[in-house]
Amino acid sequence: MRRRATLAALLALALLAPVPLSASAATPQTSLSEISSEVMCPVCGTLLELAESPQAQREKAFVSRLVAAGRSKDQIKDALVAEYGTEVLALPQGSGFDLSAYVVPVVAFLIAVVALTIGVLKWRRAGDPPDREGPPAADGPSPEDAERLDADLARYDL
Amino acid sequence: MGARSVIAILAVLAFVGLLTFGLLSKGSSGIAIGEVAPASPLPRLEGNGDGSLADYRGRWVLVNFWASWCGPCREEAPALERFQGQHGGPRFTVLGVDSRDLSGDGRGFVKRFGLSYPQLRDGDGATAHDFGTTGVPENYLIDPQGKVRALVRGPVDEEYLESEVAPLLPGSSS
Repeated sequence: MRRRATLAALLALALLAPVPLSASAATPQTSLSEISSEVMCPVCGTLLELAESPQAQREKAFVSRLVAAGRSKDQIKDALVAEYGTEVLALPQGSGFDLSAYVVPVVAFLIAVVALTIGVLKWRRAGDPPDREGPPAADGPSPEDAERLDADLARYDL
Repeated sequence: MGARSVIAILAVLAFVGLLTFGLLSKGSSGIAIGEVAPASPLPRLEGNGDGSLADYRGRWVLVNFWASWCGPCREEAPALERFQGQHGGPRFTVLGVDSRDLSGDGRGFVKRFGLSYPQLRDGDGATAHDFGTTGVPENYLIDPQGKVRALVRGPVDEEYLESEVAPLLPGSSS
């Protein structure tokens, strides 16, 4: 009897407790502001987050509906591309001509580094003192200078 | 000329070429009266498959670029539908092109205004760009040979349709 009562209580608790399972399917995984900063308003030619045109309002409402439905950022972007084409994406694609947006800066940077390195090496080489002609200077003073130095030092009573 | 000079010139040419290609690929285009209108296939707004202006070769076609978010498009839609009802048939049709619009919103627009003429979908605006549109609505009257005979940048009304388009259609008494 006691066991039945316990089971019934547990069952009641399970039924009454808030179950997040159904809600979790529509839990937002991203936000309108996040998406709006990465997609364009195709009519305005600006980021969606900066656009207020009627088309932008519709696009924002569309994104909000998908966010509320629990779609991920990639899913929402795919849906926008299906509606407006790839130009709705603010970031260039990694293929076709858009690939140059990623490749050109890297190549330009590498070229600049190589050019700078070559320039610095040339500059340093040009700054080196030219080789002197004639015999190298002797180490230490000559015997006459040494005698004069000794005489000078002897005059001082240290 | 040294190897270094050749490399420098090639680098500059490559850079200029890249910029030119980018500008040309994104540049504007457009058609003028008397030119053949673009007829690339587009998906149908309602139903499956594609449609094209070329499907209507031999008929007069009033190509109407519109979008559901566009106020003037809402104003001109009833006039276009009435004109289609009066003149639509084997010799003439209005052809709607829903441009840069959400497909669901576009279908809602067609239903709301009871539009019976064929509708194509130009989601990325590529066809509108090929025509050289500057916005919506815009209307292009295409003759049976596929050439542009008139264009209106902005909404059309019944007065314009009856005075400018109707007289050109075959069988018109005007």
